[in-house]
This record gives sequence, C-alpha cells and structure tokens, in this order.
Amino acid sequence: MSLLKLENLSVTFGNFRAVDQISYSVNEGEVLGIVGESGSGKSVSSLSLMGLIDYPGKVSADQLTFMDQDLLSMPEAQRRKITGSDIAMIFQDPMTSLNPCFTVGYQIIEALKTHQGGTKKELKHRAIELLTLVGIPAPESRLSAYPHQLSGGMSQRVMIAIAIACNPKLLIADEPTTALDVTIQAQIIDLLIDLQKEKQMGLVLITHDLALVAEVAHRVIVMYAGQIVESGPASEVFSAPKHPYTQALLASLPESAAGRARLQALPGVVPGQYDRPKGCLLSPRCPYVTDHCRNVEPTSQGSLERQVKCHTPLNTQGRPAA
Amino acid sequence: MLRFIGRRLLQAMFVLLIISVISFMIQDKLGDPVQQMVGQSVPQQDRLALQQDLGLNDPLLVQYGRFLGRALQGDLGTSYYYKEATLDIILSRLPATLELSFSALVLVILLATPLGVVAAIHPKSLLSRAILIFSTLGLSVPIFIVAVFLMYFFAIEWRLLPSFGRGETTWVMGLWQSGLFNKDGLLHLLLPSFSLAFVLTPMFIRLIRAEMIDALQSEYIRYAWSKGISASRIYFVHALKNTMLPVITVAGIQVGTLVAYTILTESIFQWPGMGLLFMEAVTRVDVPLISAYLMVVGVIFVVTNTVVDLVYSLVNPRVRLPGYGS
Ligand SMILES: Nc1ncnc2c1ncn2[C@@H]1O[C@H](COP(=O)(O)OP(=O)(O)O)[C@@H](O)[C@H]1O
Ligand SMILES: [Mg+2]
Repeated sequence: MSLLKLENLSVTFGNFRAVDQISYSVNEGEVLGIVGESGSGKSVSSLSLMGLIDYPGKVSADQLTFMDQDLLSMPEAQRRKITGSDIAMIFQDPMTSLNPCFTVGYQIIEALKTHQGGTKKELKHRAIELLTLVGIPAPESRLSAYPHQLSGGMSQRVMIAIAIACNPKLLIADEPTTALDVTIQAQIIDLLIDLQKEKQMGLVLITHDLALVAEVAHRVIVMYAGQIVESGPASEVFSAPKHPYTQALLASLPESAAGRARLQALPGVVPGQYDRPKGCLLSPRCPYVTDHCRNVEPTSQGSLERQVKCHTPLNTQGRPAA
Repeated sequence: MLRFIGRRLLQAMFVLLIISVISFMIQDKLGDPVQQMVGQSVPQQDRLALQQDLGLNDPLLVQYGRFLGRALQGDLGTSYYYKEATLDIILSRLPATLELSFSALVLVILLATPLGVVAAIHPKSLLSRAILIFSTLGLSVPIFIVAVFLMYFFAIEWRLLPSFGRGETTWVMGLWQSGLFNKDGLLHLLLPSFSLAFVLTPMFIRLIRAEMIDALQSEYIRYAWSKGISASRIYFVHALKNTMLPVITVAGIQVGTLVAYTILTESIFQWPGMGLLFMEAVTRVDVPLISAYLMVVGVIFVVTNTVVDLVYSLVNPRVRLPGYGS
C-alpha cells in the first residue's frame, strides 16, 4: 500500500522554484533513495513533507497524501500530530540539530511526551530502551549528557532514537551521514537499515552516495535543479540509466573510472535562482544537447514507476534514442 | 578550568589596583587636606608641621603604599563632613542602593523579555514595530526626564505613589536595613526602580530580540518543529533558553551600570543610598568620601563581572575564553 503519495509538488521562494512539480510515492516498508547534487532541492522537498517550509516559501501540490489523508488541507493541529510521530525526520548535522541547552534525555522524553504521554518513570524507561536500541553504550548515564558532550556519531544515534521514538511509519533521513566521519558512516547506515527492516518503516534516504543507494534502496529518484529527472527501481536505473544526468552521475563514481587517470564529471554546476536556462535545465551541461533541448522543456515520460524527463532518453547502449 | 579561574582573578586584581591608583590620585590632588582639617585661622608653621605629620611630604609612591595598605585593612579615610570612617558611612547606605539596583534589574528582565520575544517571533507585526520604536526612543531619552515625568504624574498629579525617600524600613538579621518587607517601603521603591529600569530596558529589548531571532533561525529550532512539539514550547522553552544564557551574562555585567546610574535616580527621588551620598559629598568637596565611593563602586563592578564570568563558564561549559577550554 502506498504510504506517501505526492503529485506535482512544488516549493517556491518568490519566483524561484526550489522544487519543481515532482511526483513520487513511497510504499510501506520501502526504501526510496533520493540522489542529486547539492542545491537540487532534496532537502527543501523533504522539509515540505514535514510542513517545515517557512514563510515566504510556498508549497503547492495536486496531491500530497499520507496514508490517504490529505496533508495540505488537514487542520494544522492534526498535521502537527502526524509530524514527529507517524512521519519523522533525521537531519544532516546532528551537532547543530540537537538543542545545546537540553540534555539528551530531555529531548527524547519531550518527543515521547508530546505524542504518547506516560508517567515520568515510564518515559524514562522508554528513553533508555530507545538509546539501547540505537546502540548507545551505558544509556542510563547518557540521559543526562548534553549534546556537546557526545561525538557526532553518538548524536546521530540520539537523533535516530528520537525519530523512531513514536514508531513512525515513514522516516525521512536527509543525508544522515554527510556530517560524520567516514568510519562512522557505515555504522549509522547499517543501524538505519536494520531499524527500517525491523519496524517495516517506509524510508526516504537522501544521500550523495550512489553506491549506498544501489545497495539498500528499492527505488531511486534522481533530482536535478528541483526536478525529478529520472526515477525507477534502483537496479534498473543504475544498470540502464535513461537520463544523461543519471548516466553522468554514475560515470563520476570512482568504480566506473576503471583505470582512467581522472574521474569523469559533468562540467558546470546546478543552476541556481538566477541562472536557470530556458528549455531543459540540464541543457548547458548535457553532452547530448540539441537545439530542441535548449528551447523546449521536456515533460516527464513513462509512469510513476519509471519516469524520465528527457527529449531523447538513452537506450540500453547508453546512447540517445532518437 | 583552574587556569581560566586563575587568569580571571588575576585580571580582577589588576583592575582593582588601577581603581585604587585613581582613588589615591583624587584624594591627593583634589583639595587641600590640611585646609580641610584646620580651616583658615591656623598659622603657616602649624600647617607645615601637620603636612609633615600627615606624610604629605613623602614621595608619591610611599604615600600610595600607605594608602593601599590602609585600604586593604578597610580604612578608606575619614569623611571631612561626617568625621567618621568613609567605608562605614558608605556601607550603611549600601543596602538602599543595592535594593534599588536589584529591583530595577528584575524589572528590566520582566519587561524586556516578553517584549523582546514578541518582537522576535513576529518581526513584521504592528506590535513588534511599536516595540522597536519604543526601544529606539528609549535609548535616547535621558533617565532624569523619565524620572521627572513619572514623578509628576504618579506622585504629584495623581497622588498614587510617594515621590521621595525610602519610606519605612526594617532590619534584617540586624545587618541589613531593608525596604522590601513592608508595603510603605515597596511603594517608595516603585518610582525610583521603574526610572532606573528605564536605563537598561530598551537595550535589553534589543538584545533579547536579536538573540531570539538568532535562535529561531538555528537548525535546532527547525529540528524541534520536525518533532511535532507545540509552538509555545518551541518559542518559550527551546528558543528562550538559548536566548537567556547570553542575556543573563549581560544582565550581570550591567549591575555595575545600574549602580552608577543610581547617582541620578537617587538624587531625583532623594533615595538615601550611596549615589545620593556621593552627590552630597561632591557638593561638600568631601574628598575622602568621593574617593572611597569610587573604590567601593569599583569593587562592586569588578566582583560582579568576575562572578558572572565564572558562573557563566560553569553553567555553559561550551563557552570558555579562547585558549582556556577543557
Ligand atoms: N529558505 C530558502 N529561501 C530561498 N531559497 C532557498 C531556501 N532554502 C533553500 N533554497 C534554495 O533551494 C534550492 C534547493 O536547496 P536544497 O533543497 O537545500 O538542496 P539539496 O538539499 O538538494 O542540496 C537551493 O538553490 C537553495 O538555495
Ligand atoms: Mg540538503
């Protein structure tokens, strides 16, 4: 069953479309990977799911439903109840996301109290349970620790503990390991995936790490400049990318360099607020660009299961089809 | 940590030493002690003899050494006017001034916190703009105008509050003459403390507003929203606590400023504290008393600043002076 469904979701700041008409769905127990360069709208789109886009940002969508409830039209109070309980989020930088003025225990118990309630003793007991679950040693004594007394990896475990405190059905992890030491990253991902499997949560995993997505995600979405350029089952997208941007991302992996001296990379950067090109947003950087691409923006082709936004999607040989 | 405390104490000593030099200079250079002690009619030889006896012909450094030695033993000289030890006179007036400054500080925090927070949460609202305008104007209106206004309306026009003095006082443990424990004393406290609070309230509104806006833009607030907790918890628990840590430090440091401003407030309301005493000493050219006042106020400044620094570094271990961490 589909847990989260969005259709043509856009987030605009003034005239600038940080997220541009994206559509996807997440099923129960499914891991959805979202990849794309910095600035492609991954964070903004996930914040909009949580209702965290501040004025003057605007969120609009033809459909945005969670378990068949319309998130955009429901009363604010009801949405706040879902936020942090049924849909939870893990942020990129645990060191700045936890409040420096409150103990770990306080911040966990606060989440529990808000959504579930219970006596002081029960709450404390549950907090210790959660810390144990995310692999924090000596959990009882950690309750009284302040965030600055924890390492990055420990803080991220605390954030995960808070996220799963109310048994969410959907967990959004926005680059959960980007701010951490390389040695810790794998542990945190393993923990997340274990928890996801155990609790059969839907997981939206935002990351730069294509290899990771290939390994753990059922489906993958590739974003570029606020748009979804390609989506589909992870194995298909990675073995036979249809969009030149996906192809370029894969080619930039060290694994595919295969003896060449330099990694391949697309020249240029993601266009920002003031340098969005006419036509296809990738056109200035695309190796297969045509005049048509420069003038006319492509529409999404295919189904929600396998979409690609390109005039000339690549064939299985990795060449433009027509 | 020990190194930090040690360094902070060393700094405090140094500042105190400088204050003592200034006090000494004032006592030495302002007015003529001999003239003050014996008046006009004493012949010149006697004056010179007295000068010799008082050690006024010794080298400056020797005189300063003597001054410092006495000061360390609590002897800051004898008032020309009261003919009593200056320190005793000042200390007898200290409770009045401290109670006034303390209540003013409490008022500042009570007034500035809600206003600053409101101005930060809805920066574009009419109320916020009004608060900002008030705080800008407030910064530029001198305290005596505020004091005279308050006195005119509340004491003279409407006859609601007493306009001068401290009213009834009670002795607390035989040591402290307090006006806080009876209605008359509290009524007398209202106008002076409100006037004095006005010195700092505008600045604190701006400070709290700025700190709060900072806090509200931080990642931990966005994260707090994502946990689904209530807006009031986010504003008044998560953001406010981060706001108040630096504010309380500044408040501690400003105790000194308040004590200094009591000179004006106490003169206007005839509040029998150290500030009024100082003004009287100035008009009477009671040099030892002036110099002793400077010493005492200097000590209050230094002690509060040092204590605030030390307490803050304990309360908030993340904040240490650079190079003295962990
Ligand atoms: N509050 C905001 N106001 C204006 N622009 C924003 C705001 N937040 C993000 N953006 C812009 O939206 C775009 C997408 O940002 P983001 O979602 O953070 O990218 P990603 O997470 O993929 O790196 C960026 O160009 C960013 O500058
Ligand atoms: Mg991001």
